[in-house]
Amino acid sequence: MPATIDTLTTKFPGAFTVSAFKDNARVELAAETAPAVLFDLLKCLKDECGFDFLADVAGIDYLNYPGAADRYAVVYALANTATAQRVFVKAFANDPDPELPSAVPLWKGAEWMEREVYDMFGVVFRGHPDLRRILMPSEFTSYPLRKDYPLRGLGERHNFPTITRAES
Amino acid sequence: MAMTGYLPDFLVTKLDYVASMVRKHSLWPMPFATACCGIELMATASSRYDIARFGSEAMRFSPRQCDLMIVAGRVVMKMVPVMQRIWLQMPEPKWCISMGACASSGGVFDAYATVQGIDRFLPVDVYVPGCPPRPEQLIRAVLDIQEKVQRTGTIDAREFAARSAYEGPTALARELGAEEAIVAPGDYRTATRLRTPLN
Repeated sequence: MPATIDTLTTKFPGAFTVSAFKDNARVELAAETAPAVLFDLLKCLKDECGFDFLADVAGIDYLNYPGAADRYAVVYALANTATAQRVFVKAFANDPDPELPSAVPLWKGAEWMEREVYDMFGVVFRGHPDLRRILMPSEFTSYPLRKDYPLRGLGERHNFPTITRAES
Repeated sequence: MAMTGYLPDFLVTKLDYVASMVRKHSLWPMPFATACCGIELMATASSRYDIARFGSEAMRFSPRQCDLMIVAGRVVMKMVPVMQRIWLQMPEPKWCISMGACASSGGVFDAYATVQGIDRFLPVDVYVPGCPPRPEQLIRAVLDIQEKVQRTGTIDAREFAARSAYEGPTALARELGAEEAIVAPGDYRTATRLRTPLN
């Protein structure tokens, strides 16, 4: 794992911070550098460091979180199938329009995961081949996993026609 | 002289009565099972509880062959158009059982994706409380449907034409607005008690 971090540090100096948890490394990209660096960093991890498996893409909303600098985070969980090491790349994004480069050119499996993050958090992935909602109906207008979205929703549950017994 | 000699040659009754009697003893359920209530529904159809004792064992998975829709389980926003379509595909006469707390009122799932009771969108005849209801309760609901069919049924299903108004629940005394939703930020460090929100 130190070799991986050294490789990244020489290629992307000052672009990220590193924290370690047990034998897993966490690479954090701040919102200023993430859009420019993220794709190249993932490509470097895949091609040069052997992290060939994208296990998951998840979104986090850090609204009202103690000590958080940026609002949205997208976490890429990468695994090295040869050495069983894992690395977590956390890229931040901010309002008004959070945007990050898509990882679909590197891993085809990122397509649905990024669609889910877009559906739930509204983070737009530039370069995604087919960025549509995947869980919510397509006419849904908000992003339900954001912390400022109310639990009961914004009234989306009641806009269907009511069928009375006489007309059915 | 044989016993048949004492039987009357004809009976006088109402056609509606005969039609309802035939219908109520051969209800064909459409199991619209989306969640755990569906498991109870299957248990009701199994040998221990045996809904076939009441003539309702012919569960069909095509709405074209059914006349009793049993909505068992929570129904989410995306499922409502499907449910309505299946209901519209069922031939007359037809009835609907809303089984369990989720189908009847949303249950514990008062979240953005779950509708708070299918009776907001469908005409429901019998509600079954419980989470999930025991098979005996579902059998009771089938018996209630049978009673309703016998009491109100007509041979040409004209009793449904009178039900032209919305039959769902009236609004609560005070509907909770979206901004009144309960959002409680927890303390991420100790994960115990609520803290005052940061500004």
